[in-house]
Amino acid sequence: MISFQNLTLAIHGTPILNDISFELGQGQIFGLVGESGSGKSMTALALMQLLPSGSLVGGHVEVDGADVLAMSEPELCTLRGNDIGMIFQEPMTALNPVQTIGDQVAETMLIHGTATKSEAAVIARKMLDRVGLPADKFPSSRYPHELSGGQRQRVCIAMAIALRPKLLIADEPTTALDVTTQAQILELLRELVAEENMSLLLITHDLAVVAGMADHVAVMRNGALVEQGPTEQLFKTMSHPYTKQLFEASSHQPNRTGDPQEIPILEIKNAVREYAAPRRKLFHRFAPFRAVNDVSFTLMRGESLGLVGESGCGKSTLTRAILGLDPLQGGEIHLSGEPVLAGEHMPASLRQKVQIVFQDPYGSFNPRHKVQRLVMEPFHLTKVPENPREHVANALETVGLPSDAMDRYIHEFSGGQRQRIAIARALVLHPELIVLDEAVSALDVSIRAQILDLLADLQTRLGLSYLFISHDLTVVRAITDRVLVMQAGQIVEQGPTEKVFTTPSHPYTQQLLDAAPQIPDDWQETKHA
Amino acid sequence: MRLPVQLVLGAALTAIFALAVALSFIWTPHDVTILTIADKLQGPSGKYWLGTDHFGRDMLSMLMVGARTSIAVAIVAVGIGIGVGVPLGLMSAANRGGLLDEVIMRGNDLIFAFPSLVIAILITAVFGPSALNAILAIGIFNIPVFARVTRGAALSVWTLDYILAARTCGKRALRISIEHILPNIANLLIVQGTIQFSLGILAEAGLSYVGLGAQPPTPSWGRMLADAQTYIYNDPRLAFLPGIAIVMMVLGLNLMGDGLRDLLDPRIRRER
Amino acid sequence: MIRFAASRLLSLTLSLLLASVVVFAVVEVIPGDPASYMLGLNAAPEAVAALRDELGLNGTLWTRYFGWVTGMLTGDFGQSYTYRVPVSDLIAQRLWVSLPLTLFALLISTVIAFPVGLIAAARRGTPSDYAIMGVTQLGIAVPNFWFAMLLVLVFAVNLHWFNAGGFPGWENGLLIGLKSLALPAIALALPQASILARVMRSSLLETLTQDYIRTARAKGLTRAQALRRHALRNALIPVLTIIGLQFSFLIAGAVIIENVFYLPGLGRLIFQGITQRDLVVVESVVMILVFSVILITFLVDLAYAAVDPRLRSGR
Repeated sequence: MISFQNLTLAIHGTPILNDISFELGQGQIFGLVGESGSGKSMTALALMQLLPSGSLVGGHVEVDGADVLAMSEPELCTLRGNDIGMIFQEPMTALNPVQTIGDQVAETMLIHGTATKSEAAVIARKMLDRVGLPADKFPSSRYPHELSGGQRQRVCIAMAIALRPKLLIADEPTTALDVTTQAQILELLRELVAEENMSLLLITHDLAVVAGMADHVAVMRNGALVEQGPTEQLFKTMSHPYTKQLFEASSHQPNRTGDPQEIPILEIKNAVREYAAPRRKLFHRFAPFRAVNDVSFTLMRGESLGLVGESGCGKSTLTRAILGLDPLQGGEIHLSGEPVLAGEHMPASLRQKVQIVFQDPYGSFNPRHKVQRLVMEPFHLTKVPENPREHVANALETVGLPSDAMDRYIHEFSGGQRQRIAIARALVLHPELIVLDEAVSALDVSIRAQILDLLADLQTRLGLSYLFISHDLTVVRAITDRVLVMQAGQIVEQGPTEKVFTTPSHPYTQQLLDAAPQIPDDWQETKHA
Repeated sequence: MRLPVQLVLGAALTAIFALAVALSFIWTPHDVTILTIADKLQGPSGKYWLGTDHFGRDMLSMLMVGARTSIAVAIVAVGIGIGVGVPLGLMSAANRGGLLDEVIMRGNDLIFAFPSLVIAILITAVFGPSALNAILAIGIFNIPVFARVTRGAALSVWTLDYILAARTCGKRALRISIEHILPNIANLLIVQGTIQFSLGILAEAGLSYVGLGAQPPTPSWGRMLADAQTYIYNDPRLAFLPGIAIVMMVLGLNLMGDGLRDLLDPRIRRER
Repeated sequence: MIRFAASRLLSLTLSLLLASVVVFAVVEVIPGDPASYMLGLNAAPEAVAALRDELGLNGTLWTRYFGWVTGMLTGDFGQSYTYRVPVSDLIAQRLWVSLPLTLFALLISTVIAFPVGLIAAARRGTPSDYAIMGVTQLGIAVPNFWFAMLLVLVFAVNLHWFNAGGFPGWENGLLIGLKSLALPAIALALPQASILARVMRSSLLETLTQDYIRTARAKGLTRAQALRRHALRNALIPVLTIIGLQFSFLIAGAVIIENVFYLPGLGRLIFQGITQRDLVVVESVVMILVFSVILITFLVDLAYAAVDPRLRSGR
């Protein structure tokens, strides 16, 4: 029904896609997998002919025998939304903020002239009901800002399927969503495909997502298809080395030989952090919002402790309190037996015992400073040593970077290298505890595997303690000894990682584990230990 | 890297005026303090390249010396705006949502309600007219402009992780503002600076024109235009020349500002 | 929406109050004794004393300020010292020139800027875009009072289509009145229209890069439809800010332009006030100018809320 034949694409002369050929049958879910920059999104945009300016395409992309690449712009406008619908990664920005959701769904019908204004409104209402936004809770008159990310993605889906297109393209539809929301959206997509006999082109970086969804999978790398085939067969054989590498990286188990001691390094007792509720009425204050509610736990020297939870559960707030950035309203935090206080009250000698590595390898560094100065920043807490370059060189070497890296600016490094520099910055003062705040979440799987290896190695060599905060259960399982599960400001479950993952006791933990996409065990030839 | 065309053109225009002003301190074709009534309202000639005004002063020399007033007023006014507005904006951003932030922003709103002309009127009504009035009036109005731009840009930098990293290294708000915030918003301030500079020149001309700025005998472009109005039927040249000078100066600064923005904003640069 | 309007109204009142304190402090406190300032150095002591009585300068600062503010609230701005008539009468008379002039200019400026900005954005990178950008760049650089002089030279002196200045009064007919305001309004409007058109263009281009435009295109909207149905309203938000700011430039500009065209507006009144040291006139007109700027800011805030639902539902 849809076929790509020898598709090539260059943007401003730079080759992006090279000889892409595959076919999509009716009612089929086709998974297109690859790391960032592999060209998977551009393939979809070529089908929609929504490529950036300066694009030069070759080959053929046929929809029911008609070549999309040869179509005029008016023909394409008839095709888009009518025969092919598309949803994107970022539901938070994908909707027009000043138009109601009902109007935005109805617009699909109005633009294609398939309904009058009042008919379109009725169909739009039906579509919103269909995607799980019932009229009593989500009237058509709602604006996007009144909905959560998952709900907005549902509106996008309603918009894309309003005219019952033959094909729905979903470009990383759940990457920006929490794991439980992801499971719901994927379930909705699966139902729609079955009921409407529609095809789905599912673009993702996540092998586990395609394993659970797709009938057929294609793996992309550097603008080319390396392998394709029926999902189960492809996972079982993995004839191409890159597929195997990708697979191994995604379930990578770093070699950990840590041995936690019975000496507490971080103790948190009944921590409470509240935020003033926004003033809704002039003379009335509402009860404050408790972001962290009575949290207690202990982290041992040399231990790697995981903290798992969905966005808004209070992970970040707790982190800021541990780092002595925000004050607590109740309870206390002790680091190496000394109380952690917010702001200027915390002595420098205590501050240097804890350092942090962030998620975003791009926002973590002042772009105007050279690496030497960036890595040296923690020396603000002590005296700058007499031979600063030596210290920086040591730290860089520890994380596997050459010492001449210190004379370059941060934009000269890749995401993985930046994360190594961030770790070097955290290490330069020889802290006892490192907080890893989603430290590998923004990285491609192969880079992520390398960084996880580095972290495991550093822990063994330097006897570090880690507080590993992540929404990604696989990663937490691979790198931690114990795990805490956080929901709505509270720790609902804690225990040894393997035990929590295999026999969860709290329903929320169970829910999280069920929601996480899995590659079926019997598909995996190379099982991890 | 290719420089934007606007930047080159704008910088060239600005440089011409800067050179003319510098030259005026050591040499002008004629002395503008000497009135030669006999030569009044002459057209361009070998002796007077751009002709003379109604007092027989050389127009070219008047324009060169007049440029001093315009540029001096604009520079000092922008200086006041940056010197007061930027620290206020940084403080406001560092105390986001706090009392200080609220007070500074309310103060800003209040000043915005007084266009610089109104401030000039108030000052003049009480102290009498002078070039200092123009500087103060334009400078005061520049303060909230820079405070707002600084605050907005600083707020977005404050949300970045490297600020959090600096805070975990025990750095205080002042240190962070100077070391991390200011260098990363400097681009924006430079661009805003050129815009305010050109607005300052326009405002100074307007104030001098209505008699609220530089007083005779100090030559200024705005005053030259005010004088020219009487002679507009006989000799429109007197009105053309200072007007063209203002337009060219402001155009040069604006082009330079646009060019700098293109050059310094990586988002736009990538698009090109 | 009502809560939003009420909170803006509160801040409007507060701004006005603060502004009145500033004006009062500058005009009545800083000069020391306004009466002797108004009469000059050679005034007879009896005259000064009489004026002090007339201005009520013998009370405390607080009662004077209170009296001034409550007076203004009831429309009593005091007596002009030079004209010997209530200042409120003078202002009412002059407002009928200045207000129409400003609104006329605002109208011209938006009517020109919107389509021009839209065309430039829609045809980005084409010769018409470059032409528009060039002309507006020049338009921004032109001082409005000089442009006014050129208009007089061309349309009044050479072509005789308009009068070079003066205002016959509205009692001679609306068209005649508008005609005598046309040149001043154009002179005021064109530089502002240039700025507005450029803001409109860049705001539209910025909006066109947003994700929801891509969503709209994926629905099957053409580029033009996406621009009209989705970009336009979102692009309006920064444009509104500029219109609000421009109003204060237009008010200030009108004060100057009235001098070029010898229009009997507030601008002329305030300059007469300054030269004759009539502080009562000066402080009253300044308050009127400040009041109109604050009022416009308030209206722009309401317009924001009308355009942007995120503001309506309490922030």
